[in-house]
Amino acid sequence: MVKKLLIRNGRVICPASGIDSVADVLIEDGRVAAVGEQLSAPGAETLDAAGLVVAPGFIDIHVHLREPGFTHAETIATGSRAAAAGGFTTVCCMPNTNPVNDSATVTAYIVEKARREAVVHVFPIGAITRGSEGEELAAIGSMVAAGAVAISDDGRPVMNARVMRRAMETARVLDIPVIQHCEDLHLSAGGDMHECADSVRLGLRGIPAAAEDVMVARDLLLAELTGARYHVAHISTKNAVAMVAWARRQGLPVTCEATPHHIALDTGQMRPYDSNFKMKPPLRGPEHVEAVIQGIVSGAVDCLATDHAPHAGDDKMQEFERCPFGIIGLETALGVALEVLVHSGRISLNRLVALFTSEPARVIGWKGDQARGALKPGYSGDVTIFHPEYPWTYDVKNSFSKSSNTPFNGRTFRGGPIVTIVSGEIVWKAPGF
Amino acid sequence: MGRSLLGIEDLDRAEIERILDRAVAFQPHGGPNFAKVNTCTGMMVVNAFFENSTRTRSSFEIAAHRLGADTLSITAAGSSVAKGESLVDTLNTLAAMRPSVIVMRHQASGAPHFLARHLSTPIINAGDGTHEHPTQALLDARTILDRLGRLEGLRVAIIGDIQHSRVARSNVFLLSKFGASVVLCGPPTLLPREMAQLAPGVELEYDMRRAVRDANVIMMLRVQLERIHEPPMQAGEYFRFYGLRQEHVELAHPDVIVMHPGPMNRGREISSEVADSQRSMILNQVENGVPVRMAVLERTLLW
Repeated sequence: MVKKLLIRNGRVICPASGIDSVADVLIEDGRVAAVGEQLSAPGAETLDAAGLVVAPGFIDIHVHLREPGFTHAETIATGSRAAAAGGFTTVCCMPNTNPVNDSATVTAYIVEKARREAVVHVFPIGAITRGSEGEELAAIGSMVAAGAVAISDDGRPVMNARVMRRAMETARVLDIPVIQHCEDLHLSAGGDMHECADSVRLGLRGIPAAAEDVMVARDLLLAELTGARYHVAHISTKNAVAMVAWARRQGLPVTCEATPHHIALDTGQMRPYDSNFKMKPPLRGPEHVEAVIQGIVSGAVDCLATDHAPHAGDDKMQEFERCPFGIIGLETALGVALEVLVHSGRISLNRLVALFTSEPARVIGWKGDQARGALKPGYSGDVTIFHPEYPWTYDVKNSFSKSSNTPFNGRTFRGGPIVTIVSGEIVWKAPGF
Repeated sequence: MGRSLLGIEDLDRAEIERILDRAVAFQPHGGPNFAKVNTCTGMMVVNAFFENSTRTRSSFEIAAHRLGADTLSITAAGSSVAKGESLVDTLNTLAAMRPSVIVMRHQASGAPHFLARHLSTPIINAGDGTHEHPTQALLDARTILDRLGRLEGLRVAIIGDIQHSRVARSNVFLLSKFGASVVLCGPPTLLPREMAQLAPGVELEYDMRRAVRDANVIMMLRVQLERIHEPPMQAGEYFRFYGLRQEHVELAHPDVIVMHPGPMNRGREISSEVADSQRSMILNQVENGVPVRMAVLERTLLW
């Protein structure tokens, strides 16, 4: 018997279909069956979404699930539950695990482990180079055959331009994006925070914005040389945003993502020496934050991604200079994005939904059976239902993540996820709904 | 519960003056001995030095003893940190032994701030990474006051490896609060432009002769090679352009005093001729360390 779920009376926002109206969404057998007014679906389980926004399932193309190898910080199971609680139905996990996901074996392990234990769709991102060491290309074709949807050495850049060129040539033929962690390691060496008056005052070594900029500049030239789809991860500087916009005007297939924390926080809001504010790229100065937001407004920035980076308490409970970079972000992404982008009047709710759905789907380029990011018949039956206004306070003690490294603990948001539906199954509901 | 001293930046001028005034009472005043007072009898001062230090640790120990407090010193090599225990766990263990104060030096900037968020025991920062060294700035201020009688309106040239100097930062914060003008001078690789924004009245100068001109105080700093990952300039060239020599002293105010927080490298940042001259306050600084730290310990334990 075909399983049906009818979501009724919600404000359906599907940017890819141009829908923004009160309607019903019917999911049958794990796929979107219909979107329309007063749909009839005998025998369907129904969900009343009156007063709520019904959107395609959110997609996060940049998370760290830490499995295999670092399961004390996160697992595919716990990370996927945190994703569901954040309204995400699909996540792409970076390869900096142990072992690094640089072979079909590891890719297949993640795919299989996710199939058994994850509550959302998990797509691995394969490494660009063996061990993400930047020297020798990984088994890219085999990883793609095993389920990888992109390649990246995230956590590290590919410093060798020749290696990056070969990776781009390979990716172009495989039609996958190359996702670069843009950081010139020589310029950033030893740095703990954005290089600015605050870093000097606090006696912390700075990471100049130029460390990101020079790598973006180099890679854009390589993208032109190779014709590859090139994606800048966690963009954070005004020059990088400007360069990506320039490249796109040249007709290059270049995209970029911004994280919620890079648009919500700047160096002035850091609690000095609090490791929950230590991430890469580092929190930048206000002029950079504004440039990234402006990039989202103008369309130069394609999508939002959390860079959810769990680190166990022991790892983060250290002196600022010693603790690792990164914060968790899946459960706060929507609340932060609503606050910074929508409630401030910078972008429409429709555009926000696109940033979490159709746009990340376009960056990766899912097709056929994997099509997602829209409420179109035949697409994966993933739906995120959220309230754009209700007040709630984030308490990291209730997080589904195994880690609690976040600067947003205790922050009150206006609007957040209510129900998360993956392939027609309700995988998470906000308490009280 | 006493009050932590994590840095000069957060202290207001009145509180600094109170410490400096109290320190006068503990000075030897020409006699052979520091005043022995027993205002802190029965209290326990833990000196937790996770980075090598002789003069600061000794100075704090002597200060504590003069106040009648008991002391316990631990160093990184001899602590559980060396066995892999985290800093928080090590200090939590110590705090459970109920010390009255933890005096802490650490190679990481902000380490005392990090601990102050997790411990209820007051912490005195005895130098954290490249951030602050508050008691050094206080003893420097005491030394300047002893010799020149004021801080306001002075021109103080701080010369050397500014970027890596916690002494420079704390002195900038303190001197600025008192209306001194501070000239920071060093090679561009060791003097970031953002330093000009540290506090009001700070200017940057890359030419040493211009920096010392009419200066009332010349404060020399050591090049902290252990914190530098590439040489700022060749050693010989460094002394040529940023080493303090008699010719520089002659450009300064006639009553100029020369200071150095030590350890001092003769021939690298300062000539022996200047270091041993009548202008040199280097040993006065060391001497003032004890009364100033007595005042700081008292502030934490009693005020």
